[in-house]
Amino acid sequence: MSRAPRTFYLPAEATARALGADAVAQALLAESARRGEPVELVRTGSRGLFWLEPLLEVQTPAGRMAYGPVQAADVPALFDAGLGQGAGTEHALALGPVAELPALRHQQRLTFARCGEIDPLDLRAYAATGGWRGLDAALGLAPEAMVEAVTASGLRGRGGAAFPAGIKWRTCLQTAAPQKYVVCNADEGDSGTFADRLLIEGDPFALIEGMIIAGLAVGATQGYVYLRSEYPQAHRTFAQALRAAHEAGVLGDSVRGSGKAFDITLRRGAGSYICGEETSLLDSLEGKRGQVRFKPPLPAISGLFGAPTVINNVLTLAAVPHILADGATHYAGFGMGRSRGTIALQLAGNVKRGGLYEVAFGVSLREVIEDWGGGTASGRPVRAVQVGGPLGAYLRADQLDVPVDYEALAAMQAMLGHGGIVVFDDTVDMGEQARFAMAFCAHESCGKCTPCRIGSTRGVEVIDRIRAGDQPQHNIALLRDLCDTMVEGSLCALGGMAPFPVRSALDLFPEDFAAAPRRAA
Amino acid sequence: MEPSLPETREHDPLTSILPPEQMAAVAAALDAFAAEPGALLEVLHAVQQRLGHVPPAAVAVVARALNLSRAEVHGVLTFYPDFRQTPPGRHVVRLCRAEACQAVGARALEAHARRALGVDFHGTTTDGSVTLEAAYCLGNCACGPSLLIDETLHARVSPSRFDALMRQARGGEA
Ligand SMILES: Cc1cc2nc3c(=O)[nH]c(=O)nc-3n(C[C@H](O)[C@H](O)[C@H](O)COP(=O)(O)O)c2cc1C
Ligand code: SF4
Ligand code: FES
Repeated sequence: MSRAPRTFYLPAEATARALGADAVAQALLAESARRGEPVELVRTGSRGLFWLEPLLEVQTPAGRMAYGPVQAADVPALFDAGLGQGAGTEHALALGPVAELPALRHQQRLTFARCGEIDPLDLRAYAATGGWRGLDAALGLAPEAMVEAVTASGLRGRGGAAFPAGIKWRTCLQTAAPQKYVVCNADEGDSGTFADRLLIEGDPFALIEGMIIAGLAVGATQGYVYLRSEYPQAHRTFAQALRAAHEAGVLGDSVRGSGKAFDITLRRGAGSYICGEETSLLDSLEGKRGQVRFKPPLPAISGLFGAPTVINNVLTLAAVPHILADGATHYAGFGMGRSRGTIALQLAGNVKRGGLYEVAFGVSLREVIEDWGGGTASGRPVRAVQVGGPLGAYLRADQLDVPVDYEALAAMQAMLGHGGIVVFDDTVDMGEQARFAMAFCAHESCGKCTPCRIGSTRGVEVIDRIRAGDQPQHNIALLRDLCDTMVEGSLCALGGMAPFPVRSALDLFPEDFAAAPRRAA
Repeated sequence: MEPSLPETREHDPLTSILPPEQMAAVAAALDAFAAEPGALLEVLHAVQQRLGHVPPAAVAVVARALNLSRAEVHGVLTFYPDFRQTPPGRHVVRLCRAEACQAVGARALEAHARRALGVDFHGTTTDGSVTLEAAYCLGNCACGPSLLIDETLHARVSPSRFDALMRQARGGEA
């Protein structure tokens, strides 16, 4: 075979690295040097198939071939098997062509199409894979037409509240002001979610492109990204992407030579969950304690530093280039009911094949968890599933036929939120989970309303009394009453929704609240 | 927020308490960010990155430079869990306590970590090597239990893996 360098692709994303990707990279380079077989190693984002990470891909005339999960010690044998030379398909770690991987074939990747494909900081690769097409289309449109495209696509906010993005943008566009802002919510506070991080580490230019389009659409020249401090690697990658975009003239005084200005500043959170709530986030960006503001005024009218502000989640903004490039109708062609386009589901917790699944709305939770996810990692039965982060209700294993759709889940008192799905097996103690929901609320409360600040602490105490067998009937009634007060008397969804996991645990798993032998065992 | 009493700009006793090395760190952080609107969190992050903590005496200096009251800076410093006012150990271990990690044994890991290090959350081991902190999701939820040692993420951390990582962290230093 020829001595032309072979191209290998290996993720440099945080989870893949935590699973050994850097050691694999070193081993690949060392082995190629030892054998005198040159290799070009491209470090990519992750495709999010975490049970296969570190996932090595090798370019062949027949397309990319996948190997995984690869450890450094596997590398010599992989070379022996002739990987990348048309051979190596017999090796035990060989998975066949990447494009044929079942876990990818289930998916409709629009937002995450580029994640795992390219070096996330390679501007040439970005452009070669359709990058800037949406922005260039937007530069030829009037702001109204851009807002109209986003509205017609049916895109709803992916941060949790599912508010139509186009309506928010229109309000901001119609509010005249000398200065406006686009703020990207990259706080990704919900446990069980990592899609924002994967996008930022795997395709940061897509977020930059979406933010520029948002700025052009509403008349803002300055953007902010508020990134949680728990993501040091995403911070490094995004800072580098911003520098590269500047040098390439994508950001700055004249976006792609258009004469229109847009810039982005990267900021960090400081470990507070409530700063994911949009008005707290704005206060935090202003350098204050992150406390929830009363609405109105809406941020689109009076937001950051009192100026009209569009605030959207990472995935909302990253979906925008696709909508402008391929048309609102194409995007709206995916999905069901009022849930249009694709949703990045994040399968997490006790699950065999956990990771990111970007799919059209409408698939059932059961299909995702059982067929794609392969059930629990422990091999035990699924007992409970929490959807939509720490404020999302728990579902029981017999309720999983519900379709992934905002309205269908809301009809069950549950929520899709940011798309996190956390699976628990039958060893879970739901009394403990309910207690955690209250304790988390107490820990993260911004302190503005009494039901949230005090109620959550009382909630923990009442659950402890129930579980100690202290007047259980009375205390369960008290707990329900407390939940009602929090739902009705809280300013934001932290206090207003923390009772949902608690109530669902009480309703669906009452046996876990008895001072029963189940727990004593 | 209520405006504070006017501060005596020339003779602030607190600045003189700040040792030169700390003063330099605060000055560098202010240099980098003070011109940006609303950048107090970034200033505090930068100070903490250099010093490991934000010395209480830095509050007055930062407040003056950003034209804020000390109460405002103090309020921010104490609101956010990331910021600490006392020096941490040589390594900071942030252990995920959230649901996806709970589903694969984070509660047992947490109990083990406290026992093995002999500290509670926010505590520092007696040899000064490790500070244990809680995190509520590190974005590694399909491969938990998760922890961050300084800026490096670790996945599928069993109690024995935790012990090995701690040996490495504590032994791998001069
Ligand atoms: C307690 C709380 C936490 C939240 N955390 C986040 C978060 O981490 N990321 C996010 O994008 N939205 C979060 N949200 C939703 C935001 O308030 C807001 O709806 C979102 O930023 C709007 O963007 P979108 O319309 O694109 O979803 C949170 C809301 C609440 C009440
Ligand atoms: S519900 Fe809780 S977090 Fe939300 S505004 Fe009220 S006190 Fe703050
Ligand atoms: S829940 Fe532990 S990393 Fe997300």
